[in-house]
Amino acid sequence: MFTDETLEAVGAESLWRKSHQFEHDSRGCQTVPLATAETGAQSTYSSESGTQTDVDDHLVHCLPTDLEDLPDPPGLLDFLQRVEETMVKELAKNARSHAFDGFQVNWEERHQTVSCVHRLQHCEAQERGLHVTSLSWNCTGSVIACAFGRVDDGDWSTEKAFVCTWNLELRGMDPRRPDVVIDAAAAVMCLAFHPTRPSLITGGLQAYLQRPTGILSIRYAGCLQLGGEQMVLSAGTGGRVLLWSVGEAGRLVLSAGYALLRQQVPHSGTLSKARGSSCVGVTSLALSPWDPDVFLVGSEGGLVLKCSFSAQTVAATATTVTSENGGVTLRAPARFSFSPRCGPVHTLHYSPFHRNLFLSAGTEGLAHLHSVLQPDPLLSLRVCDSYVFAVRWSPTRPLLFAAATGQGTVQIFDLGQRSLRQVATIDQTTGGRPVYCLEFNPRQSNLLAAGNADGTVNVWSLSAELTEQGPREAVQLEQLANQLAE
Amino acid sequence: MAEVEETLKRIQTHKGVIGTIVANAEGIPIRTTLDNSTTVQYAGLLHQLTMKARSTVRDIDPQNDLTFLRIRSKKHEIMVAPEKEYLLIVIQNPSE
Repeated sequence: MFTDETLEAVGAESLWRKSHQFEHDSRGCQTVPLATAETGAQSTYSSESGTQTDVDDHLVHCLPTDLEDLPDPPGLLDFLQRVEETMVKELAKNARSHAFDGFQVNWEERHQTVSCVHRLQHCEAQERGLHVTSLSWNCTGSVIACAFGRVDDGDWSTEKAFVCTWNLELRGMDPRRPDVVIDAAAAVMCLAFHPTRPSLITGGLQAYLQRPTGILSIRYAGCLQLGGEQMVLSAGTGGRVLLWSVGEAGRLVLSAGYALLRQQVPHSGTLSKARGSSCVGVTSLALSPWDPDVFLVGSEGGLVLKCSFSAQTVAATATTVTSENGGVTLRAPARFSFSPRCGPVHTLHYSPFHRNLFLSAGTEGLAHLHSVLQPDPLLSLRVCDSYVFAVRWSPTRPLLFAAATGQGTVQIFDLGQRSLRQVATIDQTTGGRPVYCLEFNPRQSNLLAAGNADGTVNVWSLSAELTEQGPREAVQLEQLANQLAE
Repeated sequence: MAEVEETLKRIQTHKGVIGTIVANAEGIPIRTTLDNSTTVQYAGLLHQLTMKARSTVRDIDPQNDLTFLRIRSKKHEIMVAPEKEYLLIVIQNPSE
């Protein structure tokens, strides 16, 4: 039936290798032989050309080093004699002429208006009703520092205050948020950037200085360079002017002290009517940009004094000022007294264009233009019916200055104008509250910052008319300085 | 020689005068109180301008002619007395 069938194994040999081999084929190819040929060409004609310019007439004739050695060309003398009279007449006419005085060509578009560029504020200071008491631009003109404190408050207080700085050149600058806020233990009444170093020293130093001593407040702090050394000068209502040198790690070391006492103040003919203590409370101070030995002091009692750092007279007071580094003997610095005012002298400022001129202003609402050589002011200008808290000369226009008033305006005066009225009034939109301080930017001279009682700082861009120096301004300032007091 | 120099000196002593140049009809300086390069520049440029000013005046009215040229700039006043053969250029700072 069924039997096992054994089938022979059938092998199927793989053929793929072989099949490939079959397909292999060898081929050859060869390019067509290159045909080359050589040809030659030759021109039958050739030519060359050249060119040369003559030496410039101007060079030939102007190079002789000494024109005087050449003989006079014919007719030169006749010519000169003919035109001399006309020329001399024109020269003389020109020197006398005032035809172009104050004339400015309008070649390019100029800023015609005064505009507010920034309105800086610090929320916390505003909420607490702090005033902007002092402003300072750093020497590069990019950073503005604002001191917050109280001007109306004579009481001793330990209320915290601030110093804030804004860098106006930073792109993300927020006018409502300062870049740096430095807390101060008490109201800050003044501050100053170092005149040559952009920020480094002063920020820290001022905080140390800005502390009022009891109810006496420091009204002036500034940095100066004396004999190559960095110094800090402070003055306050206690009648002391103290000079500090900057020690290690930014510590201040007292290096000289000056006391202003009534009996040691030189009198300028009229006796001061001011009463009260024998101390002369300092409310303002100005350093001369021309003479490093001289400074001006304005007092609560209305005195304006010219003082000298090198004074040797010992002050008629038994006290010496001692600090942790030993004491210094107080000296009496006053050299000259200007005619006194009726009330505190809030501000003094030396002209940056004339070594003898300075401005003073205070509670009378007048700005006085003084020469340091005369006791009486050269000019007195009515600024406003309120107090004047600050006056500053323009850094670019010799005859222009700005004044901060108690009525919330900044008034700009041009002494070149015949009428002594303000040429511009900038309302600080403070709702009539005072403007306490103002400063021109040392670099961008069209920028003017004003610090207000409502805790805001307005930075204004001034028009070209208020920033560009006219052709005869310096001469007019010189004439003003030389004129005798009225 | 001396008389020419004296005349120039007299002009130079006037108030505010910075420099005096005499140039010939081609604008080439002949006498000067300024340095060489300034002189060449002033003489060349003012010669061109004076010629242009003269032709302007004569084109407007052929009977008219240029007698004197004054240029007021921010810093100076430049005065030119022209003639056929020579130009006298004086630079003055009138606010001095």
